[in-house]
Amino acid sequence: MSKSKWYSLTTIFVIAMLALSACGGGAQKVEVFSWWTGGGEAAGLEAMIKVFNEKNPNVEFINAAVAGGAGTNARAVLATRLQAGDPPDSWQGHAGQELIGTYVAGKQIQPLNDLYESEGWLDVMPETLIPLISQDGNIYSVPVNIHRANVLWYNPAILEANGVSVPTTMDEWFAAMDTLQAAGVTPLALGEQWTKMHLMETVLLGSLGPEKYNGLWDGSTDWGSAEVKGALDNFQKILGYTNSDSASLSWQDAAQLVVNGNAAFNVMGDWAEGYFRELGKTPNTDYGWTPVPGSVGIFQFLSDSFVLAVGAPDEEGAIAWLKVAGSKEGQEAFNPVKGSICARTDCDKSLFGEYLQSAMDDWASDTVVGSLTHGVVANDSWKSEIDTALGLFIQDGNVDGFQAALVAACASSGPCK
Amino acid sequence: MFRDKDRYLSIILISPSILAVLIFIYGFIAWSVRVSFSAWKGLNPDYTWVALKNYIELFSDPRFHVDVRNTLIFTGVFVIGSILLGFLLAVMLDQGLKGESFFRSLFLFPMAISYIVTGVVWRWLMNPAEGDRLSGFNLLFSYLNLDFLINKWHTTETWGIAAIALAAIWQMSGYTMAIYLAGLRSIPDELREAARIDGANEFEIYRHIILPLLSPVTLSALIILGHMSLKVFDLIIAVAGKQLPLDVPAIYMWQTTFDGLFYGRGAAIGILLLVSVAVLIVPYIRYTLKTEAQQ
Repeated sequence: MSKSKWYSLTTIFVIAMLALSACGGGAQKVEVFSWWTGGGEAAGLEAMIKVFNEKNPNVEFINAAVAGGAGTNARAVLATRLQAGDPPDSWQGHAGQELIGTYVAGKQIQPLNDLYESEGWLDVMPETLIPLISQDGNIYSVPVNIHRANVLWYNPAILEANGVSVPTTMDEWFAAMDTLQAAGVTPLALGEQWTKMHLMETVLLGSLGPEKYNGLWDGSTDWGSAEVKGALDNFQKILGYTNSDSASLSWQDAAQLVVNGNAAFNVMGDWAEGYFRELGKTPNTDYGWTPVPGSVGIFQFLSDSFVLAVGAPDEEGAIAWLKVAGSKEGQEAFNPVKGSICARTDCDKSLFGEYLQSAMDDWASDTVVGSLTHGVVANDSWKSEIDTALGLFIQDGNVDGFQAALVAACASSGPCK
Repeated sequence: MFRDKDRYLSIILISPSILAVLIFIYGFIAWSVRVSFSAWKGLNPDYTWVALKNYIELFSDPRFHVDVRNTLIFTGVFVIGSILLGFLLAVMLDQGLKGESFFRSLFLFPMAISYIVTGVVWRWLMNPAEGDRLSGFNLLFSYLNLDFLINKWHTTETWGIAAIALAAIWQMSGYTMAIYLAGLRSIPDELREAARIDGANEFEIYRHIILPLLSPVTLSALIILGHMSLKVFDLIIAVAGKQLPLDVPAIYMWQTTFDGLFYGRGAAIGILLLVSVAVLIVPYIRYTLKTEAQQ
């Protein structure tokens, strides 16, 4: 009996604590949900919160960050909160369909066109970016930072030693990798499954060009077409140039192979540059960069952005936060620390390193297209179906089966009918 | 009268936990069953009735086939490996060697570690890198001139999941040893002595006396290890992350529900997992209850 007595006492205690914690102070506060809990990301968020506190001294900022790489855990927590009708005022999400397909369809975020007008953001962000973060003419999020996905990192010393020049087209890339392979060098470093999807999207872009690539995501390019087959054949061929232990490598491990001289090339987003710097490597000596062959003049972007919740407990506070997130001051505080560039094109270049300066030039002048792996072009369901198809393809190497699965994925979860 | 009051009180005191179990276990099982018959995809609940559609799609889903294959391989290697190794360790410890309690704790310790820690360590040990980047077991093999043993571990085609089972065996064989040791200790010495007098050698004693008497222990070990291996999740995530060659139903359920927002499909996988574990456990519980009642 004493055991069950203890049990019920504990239960009562826990319930009482929960009830107490539900009550709180009455001051104005804004709760912002993110998965920025470590490294440059957390430091960048802190810097931005400082800007927010200076501008809004009366609003308490609640940093509701949930740890977990790329937000896997955070998004599960967020989904639970939204289903329970308890949304944070604003939350982080990858700009584009990952937000739109999930939260607009669920009527959980509000359009921000008025904010874009009043803050003049339309004039300072690239024109080709806006459609990628909109649905039916409504803009749904404020991008804070920009990363580039289609970057080919290379080891200049290895290329020079083998007489290979930096490739700009798919054919040049194949020829270069043939030379390297014949010389006993691992041509391309690759990591675990999601880095393979990252490689795939850049190869699709490099093989199809920007219009056809964009068409894949709005339904105007046929996934079953011969061109897509050609792009997938390229992808399969490229997989043949990679290290045998890719399944056991993280993106850091794979990128490190290039700067350590174990491999010549690696395709990874430009967060790799921050990692190379952490390792104490020098740009243009230990590593070089170029757009993935076939995608010169195209900027395949991904972005962390913030939204405004429908039914936000404190909408005013949330809008104040979004104003900071989209401001020159906020973005200049965040990005140099995080190692990314501003979504705005008017940030002060002198705050950034050599690579990021070149990325800023490209961001202002290139054609902007979106990334698949990082949530811009496809909704979550579609992306997860593509991921499964890719995983099966890596196992069986059957291109026709892969293409059929991609056609089916677009029909079941994308815009294809 | 005093008794009645006691009874009353005990029911009141136990009711919160009964209520909690009813709601948070059986209530949610019922809810998951309902979701598994629905077309729910996306963040907002959608209870449109689709009957068995989610289940039928799973049975023709090539990824689910991979999951079932991996689960079967993992269960086979893990259960047989742990039972054999656990039994062997128990028999060795039962010989009355010096420092028995030290070795007993030593073999049991891995069980105290979380699967995540085991996974991270074994991820280093089972590094499949080649050439001058060799490390972990492969590097050890190379030092010992046992190059033929160098292999790709969990990145081996089809059988990679068996390498993960090795880590699980390392973790759970000590526990199996403990159950067997308890079983061995409960066999009266008189039986062995009687067999020896009848002229049986040590092997025959184990074959005809000990093993049959240990069969209830083996059954328990089988059930416990079996249901653990059906639900395996954290160990694989820690070693290999979310990669299809090492996919199992629990990982598919998690990914498809929270990354892909296919709630209906996720619930269907969850229910199939529950059914497969129940098939293993329910007859066992009934058997135990029956034998306990007889005693």
